[in-house]
Amino acid sequence: MEQQLTYPNENVISIRGLKKYFGENKVLDDFDLDLAKKENLVVLGRSGSGKSVLIKCIIGLLAPDSGRIEVLGKDVLSLDHQALDEIRIRIGFLFQSNALYDSMTVRENLEFPMRRHSIDLSEEDARQRIEEVLGNVGLSHTIDMMPSELSGGMMKRIALARTMILKPDIILYDEPTAGLDPVTGKEIIALIMDIRKKYNTAAIIISHDMKCVKATADKIILLQNGKNYKEGNYAFFKGSDDPYVQQFFE
Amino acid sequence: MMQLPKSSKQFFSEAGAISRFTAWFFHEAFRPRYEWKEFARQCYEIGYKSLPLIALTGFIMGLVLTMQLRPSMLEYGVEAKLPDIVSLSVVREIGPVITALIFAGKVGSGIGAELGSMKVTEQIDAMEVSGTNPYKYLVVTRVAATTLMLPVLVVLSDAISLYGGYLGVNIKAVTSWNLYITQVYNTLQFSDVLPAIIKTFLFGFAVGMVGCYKGYNSKKGTEGVGRSANSAVVFSSVIIFIIDLVVVQVTDIFGFN
Repeated sequence: MEQQLTYPNENVISIRGLKKYFGENKVLDDFDLDLAKKENLVVLGRSGSGKSVLIKCIIGLLAPDSGRIEVLGKDVLSLDHQALDEIRIRIGFLFQSNALYDSMTVRENLEFPMRRHSIDLSEEDARQRIEEVLGNVGLSHTIDMMPSELSGGMMKRIALARTMILKPDIILYDEPTAGLDPVTGKEIIALIMDIRKKYNTAAIIISHDMKCVKATADKIILLQNGKNYKEGNYAFFKGSDDPYVQQFFE
Repeated sequence: MMQLPKSSKQFFSEAGAISRFTAWFFHEAFRPRYEWKEFARQCYEIGYKSLPLIALTGFIMGLVLTMQLRPSMLEYGVEAKLPDIVSLSVVREIGPVITALIFAGKVGSGIGAELGSMKVTEQIDAMEVSGTNPYKYLVVTRVAATTLMLPVLVVLSDAISLYGGYLGVNIKAVTSWNLYITQVYNTLQFSDVLPAIIKTFLFGFAVGMVGCYKGYNSKKGTEGVGRSANSAVVFSSVIIFIIDLVVVQVTDIFGFN
């Protein structure tokens, strides 16, 4: 029988020795990570350092070359398709490009994960759930609009609402403030914090935006050459005299 | 040991990838869960929305073909055989091939661009994390719709084309509709219609599969989307001619010609 890994603090995600190569390019090389309940963990690193690859491995969109990924006590690499889908219900994923379906209205975009995961909700409950998440992001009036009619900031909020529709335990944010103006970026950061407060979610946040890092991070992991370079809280990194760290925090 | 040129390697690599992509279609198409609603939507988008373009080109095709044939047939004194020649040309060859090429231009490029755009904006990944098999939802439904809709469009195009032919005959002569259509029916045999219809299923399958393959494997951002749409049209047009050539040979072997 396969043994489950155990970690302190009731970790919701535990990663050990993760390796992912694209040809000769070592993107992740013996990477480790622990995410505790209700914790916001920021993964920082240069472009192409494997941050997005990491969260895509966690949710099963990419298969790592070796290592172990345990999410909510289950080894995701050994799950069959159905079991993986069950885990995915409990993980929200905010894509960098929002990934709203162009051919669907906002309502249909929000309904899609519920319908596809066969969530057992009555029509009325589903409608209420949609209104609730749209209300949370302050965009109730957009329910019948198409994504092409929304601004960049609105699309990001709708994508966030879709991420929340299944009330996940964990959210993976891929560059949540990338490409947004500072004001909208601030609003998205506030929403991320509101979501944690309201739904007690744990999150992995991939970001280059230091305002976002400062506001959201309980813990930060800095990646270099696919390995854990440094780990600590914001104050630790801010006070570091390591030249590589300073490039991000100066 | 002899080394294959880089372009040959690329060709065989691409051919292998398309073969795997096509094999995956048969693996996924006959296993639940069936995406009936999306399939119906695609039939509407691909079939119904292509109808005006196909009808217009079909009509012009019949009219122009008749007008072009008339002087030569007049010269040989066989003008009365104009409906026979037009119906055979349209039903056996020109109708299916021209309609399939227009279909490839409209639908194949559309599928390539749509899936390419979905790929680069991570919508396909979003589908997967939402508990959906994107291949089944996006590819199987579209390929099934193109395979089913193109034959329907070709039949309609042929009919409209024959009507265009009737008008073409009547530009410089007088022929009743009854006489024209009787002559068409007397000319066309089962062996003319069946192979023509069968090959349209293959054309439809090829257009859908190539469009989906190019879109699904789109790379390099928005530039890649444009390239996917373009190469979907070029590649499926070439495949249409290759299928046509093979089907003509096969029907010849079986004595349908």
